[in-house]
Amino acid sequence: MTGPLLQGIRSVLRDLRAGELRVLVAAVCVAVASMTAVGFFTDRVGQAVAMRSAEVLAADLVVRSNRPIPGDYLDQAGEAGLATATGTSFPSVVVAGERTALADIEAVSEAYPLRGSVRTSATPYGEARPEGGIPATGEAWADPKLLARLDILPGSVIGVGALKLTVTRVLDYRPDQGWSFVDLAPTLLINEGDVPATGLIQPGSRVSYRQMFAGPRQALEAFRGVVEPRLGVSERIRDLQDAGPEIRRALERAQRFLGLAALVAVLLGAIAVAMAAARYARRQIDPVALMKAFGARQTYLLQMACAQLVTIALISGALGIGLGYLAQAGLSWLLADIAGGRLPAPGLRPMAAGLVLALVVLAGFALPSVMAIRRVPPLRVLRRDITAPPPSVWLVFGAAVATVLGLMLWQVGDLGLTGWLALGVAGLALALTGAATLLLWLAGRVRGSAGASWRYALAGLARRRSDSIVQVVAFGLGIMVLLLLAVVRGDLLGEWRASLPESAPNRFLINIQPDELTEVEAFFAGRDADANLMPLVRARLTHIEGRSVEGMEFASDRAGRLANREANLSWASGLQEDNRLTEGVWWTDPPAPGQVSVEEDFARDLGIALGDRLEFDVAGETFAATVTSLRSVQWDSFRPNFFMLFSPGTLEAFPRTHIGSLHVGRDDGSLLLELIRLFPSITVIDIDAMLGQVRRVMDQAAMAVQYVFLFSLAAGVAVLFAVVESGRNERMFESALLRALGARRRQILAGALIEFALLGVLAGLVAAGGAQVCGAIMAERVFGLDYAADPMLWLIGGATGLLLVAGTGLLATRSVVSQPPVTVLRRF
Amino acid sequence: MSEVNGRDTVLASRGLTKEVSSPEGPLTIVSGVDLEVRRGESVAVVGESGAGKSTLLALLAGLDLPSAGEAWLDGIDLTTLDEDGRAELRARRVGFVFQSFHLVPSLTAVENVMLPLELAGDRGAREAAGAVLDRVGLARRLHHYPRQLSGGERQRVAIARAFVGQPLILFADEPTGNLDAVTGKRIADLLFSLNAEQGATLILVTHDQSLASRCDRVVRLDEGRVA
Repeated sequence: MTGPLLQGIRSVLRDLRAGELRVLVAAVCVAVASMTAVGFFTDRVGQAVAMRSAEVLAADLVVRSNRPIPGDYLDQAGEAGLATATGTSFPSVVVAGERTALADIEAVSEAYPLRGSVRTSATPYGEARPEGGIPATGEAWADPKLLARLDILPGSVIGVGALKLTVTRVLDYRPDQGWSFVDLAPTLLINEGDVPATGLIQPGSRVSYRQMFAGPRQALEAFRGVVEPRLGVSERIRDLQDAGPEIRRALERAQRFLGLAALVAVLLGAIAVAMAAARYARRQIDPVALMKAFGARQTYLLQMACAQLVTIALISGALGIGLGYLAQAGLSWLLADIAGGRLPAPGLRPMAAGLVLALVVLAGFALPSVMAIRRVPPLRVLRRDITAPPPSVWLVFGAAVATVLGLMLWQVGDLGLTGWLALGVAGLALALTGAATLLLWLAGRVRGSAGASWRYALAGLARRRSDSIVQVVAFGLGIMVLLLLAVVRGDLLGEWRASLPESAPNRFLINIQPDELTEVEAFFAGRDADANLMPLVRARLTHIEGRSVEGMEFASDRAGRLANREANLSWASGLQEDNRLTEGVWWTDPPAPGQVSVEEDFARDLGIALGDRLEFDVAGETFAATVTSLRSVQWDSFRPNFFMLFSPGTLEAFPRTHIGSLHVGRDDGSLLLELIRLFPSITVIDIDAMLGQVRRVMDQAAMAVQYVFLFSLAAGVAVLFAVVESGRNERMFESALLRALGARRRQILAGALIEFALLGVLAGLVAAGGAQVCGAIMAERVFGLDYAADPMLWLIGGATGLLLVAGTGLLATRSVVSQPPVTVLRRF
Repeated sequence: MSEVNGRDTVLASRGLTKEVSSPEGPLTIVSGVDLEVRRGESVAVVGESGAGKSTLLALLAGLDLPSAGEAWLDGIDLTTLDEDGRAELRARRVGFVFQSFHLVPSLTAVENVMLPLELAGDRGAREAAGAVLDRVGLARRLHHYPRQLSGGERQRVAIARAFVGQPLILFADEPTGNLDAVTGKRIADLLFSLNAEQGATLILVTHDQSLASRCDRVVRLDEGRVA
């Protein structure tokens, strides 16, 4: 190795041993750890997805539909030498004694699964073994969550519609269980032969049918070529290529979101890096001047500086990667339910990314000040007042901005969004800086009337004003995001729940057959309950103003999904209470058939306007209607509501079921039990339980994000240490002087404590203010709620800041203020 | 020990020695200094650079501990006190003037002067500080920060700070060393006149023969020993 490189490495190792580099290394370490923790975690989930994607269909090719699929595909596949299996799935209430729970009933045929295998265990969460077949008729394998909800163990008898089944095994895993980030209903796996006996499948029921095929690739491709052109409107074909993108997209979104959370820590860490590097560079002035006096050239010094930074990057990057690896274990544990249990070991890619990040952060934030040192005049060895010219502001600022933008682009992957994000971050930092400046100014105003320690602390804050502002902003930002997630999220959820009246429906009823309608209505009338029953016809929107919906380009993915799935249609003579007409007129009495009222957002997404002619397909039969009005709908009323509502006389001829909703009090459980016993085909969906589940998932996700944001607090701590380190000489001198003048150690520590406590309280107040404003904006713009500011937030913010900053501040200054006065005074 | 702790003796040392370690072995900076200073007396400590003047001052003021020997300040053995004990003693009985002024940069002139009184827990610090600053001719500079003052003005603030607590002993380490001749003379005049007004004991470390000659007694140090 050549001279300057070796020299650079040696000097870094020496400085490390002397403790000179600890803040710089810690700052890079925090930045790398936060990013690699997220990287390792998403890499593990990604690997799990890749591993499972081969069996995610439980077959090589699947045809899916919400109508029974004709048997000729199966015949054709048999002729082509493909293995086949069939499956039927539908939601239903499962009854065990007095308890009920909503389950996803998966009924499968003998050969299932064609790829992968089902694993079961004898007891919930017990040791699982692969199964060779499927449940025998009269038997069922249940998800442990379902058993828990029903409070039963294997061996118990459960009711599914009219059928009684014995749970013989606990379902641990099935290949096509899917990879949804929110799996609301646990699975009950049964034999397809048992389905008719349940009596649950009626015309109009929500059922998903699938036919599965597996075999040699050529035979499969030939089969796909024959089948694809013949697919019915509701039929969809999927193979492994089709199965991947959704999961990958979901994963990419999660990675992007957590990555952005980690980026906050990286940016704060970068501030600490810049400050620590500036101090490190200042301490290099004398050795560099001496080397130049002895004849070292600028190139030599530049090479040495680069070797120093690369060595620091490798050491701190390796430490950060190690820390990130430990931290991702916590993340995997927090997100265990969402991520889908056991995950494979992480790969090497996040490690490489961590090292690159360490290099990039050091290059962007430390290199300019380290490079400037090479221009120290050698005359410095004779004249102490001569120092290195400061690094060019443009170079420092330009490198930092370029690095930040580059990092954002890396995480976001979209130039436009990066621009907005950068503007947002800059705006937020500017607002926080403004607030911090104002608060510091106010604190300065009260200084005259304070005691010695207070005055000393306030004077210190004012003197180190820019450092104080950086610290308030760094900690403020960290505390703000945590407050926003912890408190405001709870507040918003609370507000939303409070906006629902006590008597809002909390149970949905679906699958009410037309022949049961009169009896069901009588059942509720007799019990003084209002079930808001409405008819439901499932149809596909085929044309808008004569243009086919298939292949139409839509503004958003959501619009595309809405247009291409089977829609729920209904009719009503009057406008419902929770609907409001926004355009057009409601049908007159008696209404003319062939009119439709469309929900306004749905109309906008699909480009539907007043007067448009819409065409539909219901089980092969077509009909048309004209849009005569647009409506807004209060969806969270929890009453049955529809995107498209028709005038009476339009839909009555088509197969239909009815749906309803009602409020069931805590003690009225028997009402539903009775209903299900009398009408086994009706499915009751418990919205309370669903809301509970949604909340749990939200809580887990929020906790994971908070966990990642903890790194931003660690980065804030690094900033504080960097600030204390950079002002170390000044603090040492001042405390020595105070001690010479007779101050006791306690008095000096009290001064430092007050200074940091004030900084902490200011950061906490800035954070609380920021969280309130962001919370209010989110409430109004995103959730459409009135957000009542929570006064406790100021208290929580202030207290968090106080404890955090005062604690770390004292830790950072202890060694600085305990030097004997004479040793320090002599140096100045 | 009664002879050194007599009524009039405010500062004394016996066999005061300071050794530090160096690559070549232990280095003696101050060696066996016996000294006795009476109340109100002014003593100049002179000697060449490296003779140990400032180290002796630090030992006598309790800013540093001797390797051997003893030092008494107002009858109290400094070597028996811990760091905080010595700080408390300084707060009540000692004033300092340094060559580099050593003002707290974040505090205004009046706040710098208030500091010793506040550290000693005295009330009315602001009024007292204002009065002394007035005495040193800085009544119009009360709220200026050190960086806004000239060298002479800074040293006057430092002198005001040294005298505000009416110390028993004032230690001055090259008080005119960083000033030009004219300003240096004005500062020296101020120092001696305030010392005379308050009847304080003055220990003055200096290179300046004319300044030393204004003191009651001159102690010459040579290689750490009293010559």
